This record gives sequence, structure tokens and C-alpha cells, in this order.
Amino acid sequence: MSPVAYVFSIVCAAVALLFAIDLLRRGRLRERHAIWWIVAGSLALLVAIFPVTLEWAASVIGAEVPTNLVFFVSIALLFGVALQLSSELTKHEEKIRTLAEAVAELELQVRRSQQAGEPRQASPVRSDAAATTRAPIAPRTERAPGETEQRLG
Amino acid sequence: MTRSFRDLLVVMPAFNEEESVGEVVREVLAALPGAGCLVVDDGSRDRTAEVAAAAGATVAQLPFNLGVGGAMRFGFKHALLHGYRTVVQIDSDGQHNPVDVPKLLAGLEHADVVLGARFAGEGDYRVRGPRAWAMKLLSLFLSRTAGAKLTDTTSGYRASGPRAVALFAETYPAEYLGDTIESLVIAARAGLVVRQVPVAMRERSGGTPSHDPVKAAVYLGRAAIALVFAHLKPRARIEAVA
Repeated sequence: MSPVAYVFSIVCAAVALLFAIDLLRRGRLRERHAIWWIVAGSLALLVAIFPVTLEWAASVIGAEVPTNLVFFVSIALLFGVALQLSSELTKHEEKIRTLAEAVAELELQVRRSQQAGEPRQASPVRSDAAATTRAPIAPRTERAPGETEQRLG
Repeated sequence: MTRSFRDLLVVMPAFNEEESVGEVVREVLAALPGAGCLVVDDGSRDRTAEVAAAAGATVAQLPFNLGVGGAMRFGFKHALLHGYRTVVQIDSDGQHNPVDVPKLLAGLEHADVVLGARFAGEGDYRVRGPRAWAMKLLSLFLSRTAGAKLTDTTSGYRASGPRAVALFAETYPAEYLGDTIESLVIAARAGLVVRQVPVAMRERSGGTPSHDPVKAAVYLGRAAIALVFAHLKPRARIEAVA
């Protein structure tokens, strides 16, 4: 390996690792997401500085071409991260759904309270099951997030 | 008929149904005196909420579209919160006749979930071709899970008793086909009794069921996936309901 390639690989690995650490430090990346990138960056840096570690690991595992081990580990890591993100997304969708239900219920209560002449009592208290109050509802138009309050008026 | 339906909440998921929802609400209120009528406006962009409220329904507006399953879980939660013991789901497009609700409620005396089945003898609702085979196959599998003969498992006309309301308020799925297929599997595996009663369906106001074989195949595939994963999930537990 030429000295240039050697230095280049070290610099790349170091930059990737420092970038991940910096995001973590500034609170832009939470630990449970950062951990994988830090593991990846550290491995890359280790292999960049001491290429023999890669050859050693390849021989231990039985990979005939050491580069294949690099590809394998990279893909496995990306697979893991992608799966983790999909799972987190699912969790978030469920949370958003629950919040949407809560918002709809509160909005209903607020409208009822305002109808009953007691404004600003939005707690989801048990009300008489048979009391179906009518409510004037504003027509729903295209709106940006954050505009929802206007519908309550 | 002087029967009162005080314990009953009729939940109508509605997505852009301003043309039909008002009429259905009026029919529900007329056919089921005393019952609560909740229209869950599932992020409609038209005047659905306004029309439903003007017709006399309680209207809840979801901030964005969650799908039928999402709207129904809200309905079950609302029922629990306000002390309703039974929930009947009725489509707001007018294909279900509220006059049949007492039939479903009668079925609830021996079951926790009662489906209004469209092919079980009453009415003249027919689906032919690949889609019919897909629905047949589904019914076969779901009948095994439920331990009872179910001929119309994709019916959106259904009644849930107190145990089912408590279960569904937590677990009603929002996925595609979750509100029909998966919810039945959840109920059956949690030990609830699922039965059906025959009802007549009215012609849907907009269009007829599709007979495209490709669409039917895709439908069957998605249904099969929904079915398999519904069985793979951990069993839901029902908390004791008085």
C-alpha cells in the first residue's frame, strides 16, 4: 500500500468517527443511534492504522480475500441500522396515532364545554353517555401544521 | 318499538363522505333511540364533520387520516371513556342499514363480536370471480381461527360487546386490512367469541366491487400476509370487564 493511500484511509476513518462523535456531543444524535456509527468509525480507524488486523481477522474467520470481510461487516452494520430505524419509525407512528386520538377526544370535550357555556374545561371527564350535544364545526380546509387551533373558535 | 339503546355507541368512520354521512346519521338516530352516534372524521378534506354535526351526531375530528382501523380504535376508546358498553360500526357511505343493528345486538348475547354477514342468505349482495374466491379462502381460515362459521370476514358492519370494546380500545390495528381480518384474529386469539348474523347490504353509493383479477390477487396476497402476521403476534390479554 502506498503511503498516500495509507494516510488517506486513516483520514477518512478519522473524519467519519469525529463527525459521529461531534453530532453526539452537540445532542444531534442520541446514544442509541450514535453507537453503531461510532463502532463503524472505530473499526475503520483501527483497520486503517493497522492493516494487519484486517488480515488477521480475515484469516481467523476464513475469508480468503480480506476485502470481502470489510464488505460483509459494512453491509451487516448498515442492515442493522436500517432495521433499527424502521422499527423506531413504527414505534413513532404508533405514538403519533395515540396522540391524534387524544387530541381528537380533547377537542371534542372542549367544543362540548364551550357549548355548555363553561369555556376552558378540557379535561376528559366522564360525561353523561346520552348527552349528545350539537356543535358547530368549522369547515376543514387545507391547512399547514400549527394552524389547528383556529378550528376551535 | 320503545326500546332504548343507552348503552350503545354507533361509531361511523368517515373519510370525505359529506354526501352520505348526514342521511346515515339521521337513520341511525331514528332507528336507535337513545344510542350515541359518533362520527369519526378521519381527516376529511370536505364538509363531512359539519354535515354530521348538523344531522345530530357527536363528531370527533382526527387531525389527519389514520384509516378505518385508526378511526375505530378512537371510537372504542371514546366508548370506554364515556361508559358505553357496546359499539356498533357502521359505514358512512350508507351500505349498512341501521335497522339491522338490533339483530347484531341480539347476537351479542352469546358472543363478544358479531359480524353482519352479507352472503349469509339475506339480501342480494354478490361478488364474483377471483375476488370472491379470495374472500372465500379468507373466510375458511378465519372460521378455523374463530371456531365458528364466518362467511363474510371483510364486513365492516359489526358489533362489539364490553369485552371486545376493552380489547379493541388498546389493540385495534391501523394497518391495511387490520380493521377487518387482523382484528378478528386478535379477538379470537384473546378468547373472545366471534359469530355472524345475516344482514342485507344496500348498494354502495359509489361504484361496484372490482373484478380485476390482478387486483384480486394482490388483495389475496396482502390478506394472506395480514393473516399470517396476525397469528405470529403475541396474544392480547383482556382485562376483566364488569
